[in-house]
Amino acid sequence: MHPEKKSSYDNLSRNLSLTVITVSFAPLILVGGLIFHQFRSIYTEKVFAHLAEVVDKHAADINTFLRDKLTEVQYVSRTSSFDHLATSSHLAMALRGMQQQYGRIFVDLGVVDSHGRQVAYAGPFSLLGADYSGADWFRNSKESDAIISDVFEGLRQSPHFIISVSQGRGEARWTLRATIDFLAFSYLVQNIRIGETGFAYILNSRGVYQTRPRDERNQDLELTPRRQLGRVGSLAGVSIFESVDREGDAYVTVTAPIKGGEWQLVYQQKSSDAFSAMTRTELVTLGIFLIGGLAIVVMALLISRKLVVRFQAIDQESELMSKQIVETGKLAAIGELAAGIAHEINNPVAIMIEEAGWVSDLMEDEGGELPSYAEIQRALTQVGNQGRRCKDITHKLLSFARQSDSRATEMSVPEFIREVVDISMQQARFAQVEFDLDLDETMPRISASATELQQVLLNLVNNAIQAMEPEGGRLSIGCAMDEGQAAITVADTGPGIPAANLGRIFDPFFTTKPVGKGSGLGLSICFGIIHQMGGEIDVESTVGRGTRFTIRLPVPPPARQPETRQEMRHD
Amino acid sequence: MTDATVLIVDDERGFVETMAKRLEKRNMTVFQAFDGDEAMARLAEQPSIQVVILDMKMPGKDGLVVLQEIKEAHPLVEVIMLTGHATVPSAVEGIQHGAYDYLMKPCSFEDLNQKIAEAVELKSEHEEEAVEARLSDITGRMG
Repeated sequence: MHPEKKSSYDNLSRNLSLTVITVSFAPLILVGGLIFHQFRSIYTEKVFAHLAEVVDKHAADINTFLRDKLTEVQYVSRTSSFDHLATSSHLAMALRGMQQQYGRIFVDLGVVDSHGRQVAYAGPFSLLGADYSGADWFRNSKESDAIISDVFEGLRQSPHFIISVSQGRGEARWTLRATIDFLAFSYLVQNIRIGETGFAYILNSRGVYQTRPRDERNQDLELTPRRQLGRVGSLAGVSIFESVDREGDAYVTVTAPIKGGEWQLVYQQKSSDAFSAMTRTELVTLGIFLIGGLAIVVMALLISRKLVVRFQAIDQESELMSKQIVETGKLAAIGELAAGIAHEINNPVAIMIEEAGWVSDLMEDEGGELPSYAEIQRALTQVGNQGRRCKDITHKLLSFARQSDSRATEMSVPEFIREVVDISMQQARFAQVEFDLDLDETMPRISASATELQQVLLNLVNNAIQAMEPEGGRLSIGCAMDEGQAAITVADTGPGIPAANLGRIFDPFFTTKPVGKGSGLGLSICFGIIHQMGGEIDVESTVGRGTRFTIRLPVPPPARQPETRQEMRHD
Repeated sequence: MTDATVLIVDDERGFVETMAKRLEKRNMTVFQAFDGDEAMARLAEQPSIQVVILDMKMPGKDGLVVLQEIKEAHPLVEVIMLTGHATVPSAVEGIQHGAYDYLMKPCSFEDLNQKIAEAVELKSEHEEEAVEARLSDITGRMG
């Protein structure tokens, strides 16, 4: 395998796998990315919409709650006069009535005059006579008749807020105030719990917490707003932010105004928590995508590798085929040349033989008295004999150069072997190789292509002779029946083949001869021919002792004897 | 009366001439031709020719073609083919086209002699048969 060829195969393999990978990944990534993006935006929208709705609903609940309480206080204030309420027994009755209706949400009731003094009080604390003139809510109550205050500690040192309803003008103005139990109110907000980190609280316009945050940590949760997300269309007043805390965690913040915009209901949740389902789905999808992608890559590599290996094998085969064709072509050309020469020599030789015969005819008639008559006759006979010898040689050549055809004919193995030995005799003599034939004359005829088998046997014999050059040796050729097959053995007494090479001698292009001397195709062609005939060829060799090739060919069953050619002549 | 009247057809002049001499020495009448057309001309002018010795490979008309022409024009003349090739198929084809036998070139002179003698004998047999056939044909028409 040439290095540049190898790299071209590597290139082919790489290109194949790249093409396969690209073609499979491109739509996967496109479709995947599109769906991914769509899913993400739709899901995000859904989550935000859901949060907004929840917050909006709670804001409405809180508003309702506050309005209810306010209405209740207004009702009490309107249905009674200042004097009436200023007597604490009435106030206590009103408180009881309220508590019966709403539970312990109303902690106490008090009546405050225009100077901020509490002139009547019903409730658990002793706040009768308490001075509220400095309290925010009292100052605010001068301007508006109905007030819901911010949460404050006030005189009782516990967080609460006040609903106050005022009536009258100037000195006659009086205020009915009710304290709302902060816990009950907080509970409204703390109910909003979504996921693991979602919590809600209320801020007033100055950013002071109006409810207890879920835990102390959230008290100092400082968020840097990052971006405001589009207001969710359907819900007025609800806005959504994404913000980041100091540790870099992203939060979703949803706010809704309550109490006419004085307060804000704030809901916060870590983004990772809000979108946990989406993240999980995305991770699973990504996992599947990665595993699938890996599988695609692996398969592409494997398949392209496999294909290229096949290509390589096919290329090698075709290379071998073309080499074989060239070899066969050469053989055929040499054969034709030999046939032409043999044919041309035949005629002159025939004429020479006839001339010698003619001379001997004449001698018989007229030359009987010649002193050297006998000698001349001997010489003429010799000329005839030598001519016939030439004829034998040309006929052998012609039979060797018979047009190569792979058509099977009936043939006798021993006869065939003798023919091949005759052709190689001269070469063997130069190499000082002696033939030793052990032919079983009784073996059945086989059906094979004579020219192809000749090529095989000649190849083996030539190899053996070359192996034994120049010291010479003994070349034993035998044929016999072996387990129902015709076996032909060619054994030499040459140097043998090293065990390392023994497995490779039938490989194409394997040769131990110097460059340019052998093509390394001879034995592989033999192997091919014998296997095409349905036979097998194998080799055993001992270094220093010699090598033995054995060819086994199938013998046709005797039932299939071709019918003998009919007599042509009809007398 | 000679033993046989033979026509030798071969493009090799030397071969033909020497062969002719040797056969004439063995009491045969020998005609010579150096290609197919000449052979047909000889046959036409010499009806006494009994056996043709025909080379298979000749320039111009191939031996097989000449053989077919001879068998068409002179069906009773026997043909011995000479082939330089060990090509059995062409020889078989020749036999199928009615050649008497074939010999490999260069052939042994004795073999050729024997074959000529056999061919002459066969031809006379065939001629008798042909005469009888003609006679019966004539008598049939007379009847």
